[in-house]
Amino acid sequence: MFNESVLKEIDEIKAKYPDRKSALLPSLYVAQREFGWLSHEAMECVSKALNVPEAMVRGTATFYSMYKHRPVGRHVIQLCTNVSCMILGAEKLVDFLGTRYGVQPNGTSRDSRFSLVIMECIGACGTAPAMLVDTDFFDNLSEKRIEEILEKYK
Amino acid sequence: MEKFLLRNIENPNSADINEYVKAGGYKNLSKALALSPQDIMDEIKKSGLRGRGGAGFPTGMKWSFAKADPKFPKYLLCNADEGEPGTFKDRPILEKNPHLLIEGMTISGYVLGSEYGYIYLRGEYPAAADILNAAIKQAYEANYLGDNINGKGIKFHLAVHQGAGAYICGEETALIESIEGKKGQPRNKPPFPVNVGAWSMPTIVNNVETLSNLPLLIEIGGEAYSHIGSKECPGPKLFSVSGHVNKPGVYELPMGTSLKDIIYKHAGGIRNGGKLKAVIPGGISTPVLPADGIDCAMDFVAMPKAGSMLGSGAVIVMDESVCMVKVAYRALKFFEHESCGKCVPCREGTDWLRKVLGRIENGNGKEGDIELLTDITGIMLGKTFCPLGDGAAGVVNGMIKHFRNEFEEHIKNAGCVLSR
Repeated sequence: MFNESVLKEIDEIKAKYPDRKSALLPSLYVAQREFGWLSHEAMECVSKALNVPEAMVRGTATFYSMYKHRPVGRHVIQLCTNVSCMILGAEKLVDFLGTRYGVQPNGTSRDSRFSLVIMECIGACGTAPAMLVDTDFFDNLSEKRIEEILEKYK
Repeated sequence: MEKFLLRNIENPNSADINEYVKAGGYKNLSKALALSPQDIMDEIKKSGLRGRGGAGFPTGMKWSFAKADPKFPKYLLCNADEGEPGTFKDRPILEKNPHLLIEGMTISGYVLGSEYGYIYLRGEYPAAADILNAAIKQAYEANYLGDNINGKGIKFHLAVHQGAGAYICGEETALIESIEGKKGQPRNKPPFPVNVGAWSMPTIVNNVETLSNLPLLIEIGGEAYSHIGSKECPGPKLFSVSGHVNKPGVYELPMGTSLKDIIYKHAGGIRNGGKLKAVIPGGISTPVLPADGIDCAMDFVAMPKAGSMLGSGAVIVMDESVCMVKVAYRALKFFEHESCGKCVPCREGTDWLRKVLGRIENGNGKEGDIELLTDITGIMLGKTFCPLGDGAAGVVNGMIKHFRNEFEEHIKNAGCVLSR
């Protein structure tokens, strides 16, 4: 079960909406932060905190791509490869992340340092290619720049 | 043209309420509250403002439907789920000019008789979430939000709701499902959200850019607004330009600026001395235009005549190094991933299109594959609840229409000449 302060946080979220079910998406983010990923237990906690059936929690949680359904590395790299990023070399960067850090799309490196998620546009097309590392945003990427950036994420 | 939507954003503190007020911000809210909601509605209708999210629906008409519904409360939802690939036009407003959006929403709430607003922000913009939340807090403290706005007893509350990475939630009924905590699957219409929307109440869903136009409309009046840009769909428009241009970025220009001018005059032309091959003019779900098809006015009326759509005004510029089959394949990977799975023609159609395009790109295309693609798009077009399936089919048809030879060469040569 969530601890008191998390339950309080969820109550505050609930108060923003006319219906408690609307707190589901933000509460799943909270659960993901607390558990690292949306394990069965994490979703059960959300279900209890919101009094929403587990089936609905699972249905919603598996629909959206930003919820993680297995453990992830210490840092999550979310790299865009959609058209604007693709035509400026994003696919080569996917290969580079594989050879340099041993992380494949939808996978985690052996040392659990990085997970890689391929994104469908993160709204940085004018400064492509771009990625998010956890919640930090980086653009105008090259192999060299990625190496420099990832130095800070151990 | 003088900038309005992007006014003051070079100021590093532009997101702060004091800087916004110093630059004339929230004056238009005071001006609006001195007018009656009906007067403002008349101004909006006079202005000819049309929704900036992609469909271009007349804002005044949408609002009058919502106002005519006797049910309360009414909800105002700002669509900040900017997910159309190629689009990053709302981001400068959200991150650098959040008070413009808040001012626009407070004015809109007053006009619509709505006391509760939500900004549905895409999950991929975590920085914008922090900036918006801080701006909302400031606006509450300054009495531009709350129970007694400007001391006039007017009530409007605003909160940010973060999405979680589903493109389809940019569709207004999917957005509503999502804010209700459900999977983002579009609803059949009617009933329309203006009558039965979020939590079954009348709901107005408008794009960030549309709502951010309200302060300008109040400032200069509907008549003057209607003289900016195109006659049939006036106003300033944000264009986000990406790809092989010298100066990619977001440009605020009058609606109806020619696509050619956007690329060559504003975005500095093709980079590295390259030659233009094709342009996707309004985000990935709008049909591609060839290099000789860009002499057209970028607005909701002229673009369909030119064979595409204005969409979100996201111009993706491609030089001759780009393989169009590969672009189509990547686009369909996207649509397949983002199809919500509710309507069979879209769910299955995007899957098949992606598979056939993939085998053509990878050198396993068969004779008759082009006809097969056209056949599949015929099954999809017009047969789904929302426009995602239509968009995917239109993209493939546009590619085949303008670059058929490239598809034929891929099949004949068993793969892509450009990527060898």
